[in-house]
Amino acid sequence: MYLTDARGILIKGNKTYSQVSGDVLRPLEAKTPRWWLVATFISSLAIAWGIYSIYVTISTGIGTWGINNNVGWGWGIINFVWWIGIGHAGTAFSIFLFILRQKWRTSINRAAEAMTVVAVICAGMYPLLHMGRVWDAFFILPYPNTRGPLWDNFNSPLFWDVVAISTYLMASAVFWYIGMIPDLAAVRERATSKIKKAVYSILSFGWVGTAKAWLRYETAAILLGGLAAPLVVSVHSVVSMDFATSVMPGWHTTIFPPYFVVGAIFSGFGMVLTLMILVRKIFHYEDYVTERHVDAIARILTFISLIMGTAYATELFMAWYAGGEYEMFTFMKNRATGDYALAFWTMITCNAIIPQLFWFKKIRHNLIIVFIISLFINLGMWFERYVIVVTSMSKDFLPASWAQYKPTITEIGIFVGTLGIFALGVLLFFRYIPMISIHEVKAIIKPTTETNSRKHE
Amino acid sequence: MKNYYSSYEEYQEIRGPGIIPPESPHDAERNEPDEEEPSMSTSRRDFLKLMGFSLGYAALATSCENPVRKAIPYLNQPLEITPGISNYYASTFFDGDEYAGILVKTREGRPIKIEGNGLSSLTKGGTSARIQASVLNLYDLARLKHPLKDNQQTSWESIDSEITSKLSQISTQGGKIVLLTSTIISPSTRQLIGDFMTNYPSTQWITYDSISASGILEAHELNFGQRMIPDYRFDKAKLIVAFNADFLGNWIAPVTYAKRYSQGRQLTESDSMSRHIQIESYMSLTGSNADQRIQIKPSQEGLMLLNLYNRIAAQKGAPVYPADPSPVETASLAADLLQHEGASLVISGSNDPNVQIIVNAINYLIGSYGTTISLSTPLTLKQGIDREMITLVEEMNDGKVAALITWNVNPAYDYPEAARFISGLQKTGLTVTLTERPDETSQLVQYVCAGNNYLESWCDAEPLKGHFSLGQPVIPRLFDTRQAQDCLLRWMGNEKDYYTYLQEYWQNNIFPQQSAKGLFTDFWNQCVHDGIFEMPPSEDVNTLYTPVRMTSSFPGVTAGIELVLYQKMGIGTGRHANNPWLQELPDPITRATWDNYLCISPSDAHELDLASEDVVLLNGNLEIPVIVQPGQPGGTVSMALGYGRTNCGKVANGIGKNAYPLITMTDGHRNYFSGNVRLEKTGKTYPLGRTQTHHTMEGRAIVRETTVEEWHKNPKSGNEMHQDIVKQNLTLYQLPVFDGIHWGMAINLNACIGCGNCVISCQAENNVAVIGKEQVRMRRIMHWMRIDRYYSEEADNPEVVHMPVMCQHCDNAPCENVCPVAATPHSSEGLNQMAYNRCIGTRYCMNNCPYRVRRFNWFEYANNDKFDYNLNNELSKLVLNPDVTVRSRGVVEKCSFCVHRLQEKKLEAKLENRTLKDGDIKTACQESCPADAIVFGDMNDPESAVSRLMVNPRTYQLLEQIHTLPSVHYMTKVRNMDPADKKRNYKNTYPIVSGEETTENISHE
Repeated sequence: MYLTDARGILIKGNKTYSQVSGDVLRPLEAKTPRWWLVATFISSLAIAWGIYSIYVTISTGIGTWGINNNVGWGWGIINFVWWIGIGHAGTAFSIFLFILRQKWRTSINRAAEAMTVVAVICAGMYPLLHMGRVWDAFFILPYPNTRGPLWDNFNSPLFWDVVAISTYLMASAVFWYIGMIPDLAAVRERATSKIKKAVYSILSFGWVGTAKAWLRYETAAILLGGLAAPLVVSVHSVVSMDFATSVMPGWHTTIFPPYFVVGAIFSGFGMVLTLMILVRKIFHYEDYVTERHVDAIARILTFISLIMGTAYATELFMAWYAGGEYEMFTFMKNRATGDYALAFWTMITCNAIIPQLFWFKKIRHNLIIVFIISLFINLGMWFERYVIVVTSMSKDFLPASWAQYKPTITEIGIFVGTLGIFALGVLLFFRYIPMISIHEVKAIIKPTTETNSRKHE
Repeated sequence: MKNYYSSYEEYQEIRGPGIIPPESPHDAERNEPDEEEPSMSTSRRDFLKLMGFSLGYAALATSCENPVRKAIPYLNQPLEITPGISNYYASTFFDGDEYAGILVKTREGRPIKIEGNGLSSLTKGGTSARIQASVLNLYDLARLKHPLKDNQQTSWESIDSEITSKLSQISTQGGKIVLLTSTIISPSTRQLIGDFMTNYPSTQWITYDSISASGILEAHELNFGQRMIPDYRFDKAKLIVAFNADFLGNWIAPVTYAKRYSQGRQLTESDSMSRHIQIESYMSLTGSNADQRIQIKPSQEGLMLLNLYNRIAAQKGAPVYPADPSPVETASLAADLLQHEGASLVISGSNDPNVQIIVNAINYLIGSYGTTISLSTPLTLKQGIDREMITLVEEMNDGKVAALITWNVNPAYDYPEAARFISGLQKTGLTVTLTERPDETSQLVQYVCAGNNYLESWCDAEPLKGHFSLGQPVIPRLFDTRQAQDCLLRWMGNEKDYYTYLQEYWQNNIFPQQSAKGLFTDFWNQCVHDGIFEMPPSEDVNTLYTPVRMTSSFPGVTAGIELVLYQKMGIGTGRHANNPWLQELPDPITRATWDNYLCISPSDAHELDLASEDVVLLNGNLEIPVIVQPGQPGGTVSMALGYGRTNCGKVANGIGKNAYPLITMTDGHRNYFSGNVRLEKTGKTYPLGRTQTHHTMEGRAIVRETTVEEWHKNPKSGNEMHQDIVKQNLTLYQLPVFDGIHWGMAINLNACIGCGNCVISCQAENNVAVIGKEQVRMRRIMHWMRIDRYYSEEADNPEVVHMPVMCQHCDNAPCENVCPVAATPHSSEGLNQMAYNRCIGTRYCMNNCPYRVRRFNWFEYANNDKFDYNLNNELSKLVLNPDVTVRSRGVVEKCSFCVHRLQEKKLEAKLENRTLKDGDIKTACQESCPADAIVFGDMNDPESAVSRLMVNPRTYQLLEQIHTLPSVHYMTKVRNMDPADKKRNYKNTYPIVSGEETTENISHE
């Protein structure tokens, strides 16, 4: 009944139910592959460098970063926004598509959600680390205290950030986990060692798969999805308000909330693409993640890229139309033609121009090119945040205080550290958790496998 | 279950109303709940609780290291000291270069801040950056802590007996004793030296100024028969023409001159404004304030002056001398001067008596003497005659000097022929140095007599004839040091101490000249209290002018690059180079800290393919970085003196390059320029710590300016947009209301000269950290107030504006609402406050501050060996103001409008049961300003000075269009130059490259 001509075959190879379970659980049950150990080792090294950089930052001071009195935020906030953007993939992907009853999401949503959780953890570290006195970070929580009227400033977008991000992390983690319970039970059933059985039975909350349980489960999933969907919009809107509510030229723009949300989904989908093309290749999931999946994501990206282009154009138009001399300077002189033109045009090229190649079917179906374009999107979205954070700060109202910003090795180290955390998180996920939602795929193989499709024709 | 209650009402609720009437005499019993008897026995549970707590507490208490803080109470508390209350003592600052009447603020017996003494008619409460910073010199670890013999510690007894016996031996043999001092303006000390010379008749006293005014002294000797520096009355001049004289920065008496100059630039009370033309060879602070700036090469100054003289003389019928044509057209200048006859003033910074003779002649012809120049009250601030020093060095090398006693001079560093001096020193039998701190000279002499800091000494001064100034110690000696005067007294066998000597001098010489006080004790106490004693001004009699034949052998247009040597506002002669505050004070023009460099004109830089921070080889032996300096005349470069110290202390040693050897000597005088220097590009670069790297306003209405003509027509001119912006500044929100006081500030951009004194004053007042060159280069300077300097677009001869910027205390502050933890709230008096304890350092406030005045503590700046400046040792920390917290790492700080001063004065008024008066409170920056450019007060009081300025049509707020509602107001800059004048422009004959390349150079980052 969910079969549509537009999507065509979603799962190839005439899979049976047990084949699905076997395919998906193979990485969990097989011996640890050598590449996995190597990759884990490399990401651990990256984490070690990150931890060292964090140690330097906390023990010596934020002065070890390249930021200054004029550019108060640098890589810390750029990377925070970048990771949050990537963290939009899972939720946007699984929840929006879940609510829209897009069945093709089933082979990808689990991985996307895992990515979200890890990316949000990476992102969440930055607001803490960039604080001058991280040991007093708890001041930001509205806990009851004896300080009389001194409490949090509920007007501050940074406070909204705290609320929005923690809510988002909580919601996406719960959604991800609930979605995994039946699959964890499947792992438990097939587990051979006692320990594994015990662990997975705890993780699966004793799921037995009765009809009643399935009924409740479906209800919970849709409820959670409905609750979490607004969060996708809210969290990046709130992040954008860090900038939009300020007075700085280039930050003070009303377009920011939608622009940020779309940008976040863009970067999230880009990262999903990057990751799924790799997964498909490494774990031989060509049957589950087919060209059609990639094609669908590419089509979405083409559309979002158009929105991004429109947003960039709107910003430039509004700077001119509003007639504010500082905005004009920031957008026209500083960004488009000035010192930061390289970053600006990298952003435009990667986000608004290169993804337009997806209009061509041949390109959409050439996975190597798609993979490269997805990397460009990740890069472009990083530059978008760079352009926003640095250009507006570097050359603001009073030219006397204009200053340049260059990251230091410490800032780079922390970024590499978060890349390591992300990689390690994803690697652990591949190894210990079914990375494709078994029960959801099983639910769609009937109407969408090749035999059935042919019958349909 | 016990019921605890927090109020009587609650108690009644618990107990039921009316059980015990409130008036009951048994009120006391009511506090004891009667249902349950407090049990005296300890249950097992209580015991366990107690034990757990005790163990836990003991573990906690013993495991955390508690810092030991030493606090020793007074055994006998001095009468005048109340902990927490500041005492102010009048004193005198004179370091050999600069004079100011000062008040020293002390807390619990330690001086922490210098303020100007308002009673002084010379400095009128103004100070300079170096005077402000001088309090830190007292606490410098590098100071000499005991006398030295051959660089080994010795005792005063042995040093006294050895020197006395050697001196008497030399004296009896008729050997020559030379006392080499800096300028001494203390009348009692001059008498004391006279006594010393009577005691040792073979003594010669030579005065040596590292920055000499020998030319002026000698020219006046020729013209008026008296070696003197006349009193220049910039306040009385309508037209000021200065040739290479940085009189607002470093020339002779800059604080006095700035006070006088600013009187003609305020445009608040009076509507007349002086006109200032600066003819100069480098971009000086004074030149940056001029209405018109003409660029010449230094060697051409004489020729231009002679041409100017000839034009005036031709009009006046005075003798005309043959002269080559002037490099710059002088006709209009001469016309201007003649037009303002009797109200104009020509000065020159040249040290060539031949040039100064021409200046005198011009001033004589245009009637300056008796009007804008007073000869009856000469300044005594420079007394050195260059020729005497040259002779001394020759005699020393010839072995003719048996003993040399140097006092407060450092020729081994700052004499152009230092090597000759040093070799002479080795041929001198007895060498003694009286100095407060080690220097390049003190390490070469046999005896170093460690002197007191001026804050530990008695002194007097007569900077201007009839203007007496008294200085008193404000702290006991910190080290085993002795005042230089005491040394001399001791060596001449006089057992009196200098204090007695000083008092006797005043009793015998100054007391009889007045009649107000009958008793000397009264007079003395009054003088010590006031710090100033001024004689009634005598009649301004014009001394007879004797014309002198002028030389006309001035070179015409010269080829080759000429080098100008100048002094920076912070470092000056280099005397106080070990002061980290001064090293980190950005130069008002280049905005560079911690270095000297070669300023090169944009055209020459283009020609030699140089950019700022490129290193050049100067004269083939000195590698020095360049700064491309708009306004530097083509064909010239300039370099600051006072750097390249080698034995000054760890702050100054090795900073910059010593430029003193580049001073040239001609005809027995030192020229602070040198012709035909060679520049070679090395291809190396050298990082400079500049606090500003973009130099134009990008056409933004940041400093609004007009011309005096326009302003007369329309007082709003240049500021027309203000009314429109106020009209457009609409908001849906209610405007903030301040019922009581609403603090505000007005800064007169026309009065501000950009000297940077307020920056140091603020630093001293608010314990602002020094961060070092690397961090300055990272653009992290901590100064709470900065002086932005902008150039107009023409790079070859730009107009310059200075704009002091500190926290604007916006009533609609963008920083306040973004702080997640509410660490920066608004006070009920309109102050934007910082709660350091609450700040977690997100820096969101800094990002959202359009004025960029917030400062972040990127590192722990106190007690950190990586920032080994004044916050890293126990001695220098004595300078800290106890009213202001030393900020820790990770918090944001900024200008507080000196909130501790506000609280102090409010409390004082409250104790006296009165309301605050306007002018009761002065912020640190305002108090020290030599130009009176800053006014602070209550904006709610319509009569206050600041309120009156707020309604002045010249007043606007910085970036007012973004509706931040700042409490700081600025007043337009007015230039005394009508548009026609601008076209007339004094054409410079040098080819100057203009256009895009040069503009690119100035905005070079």
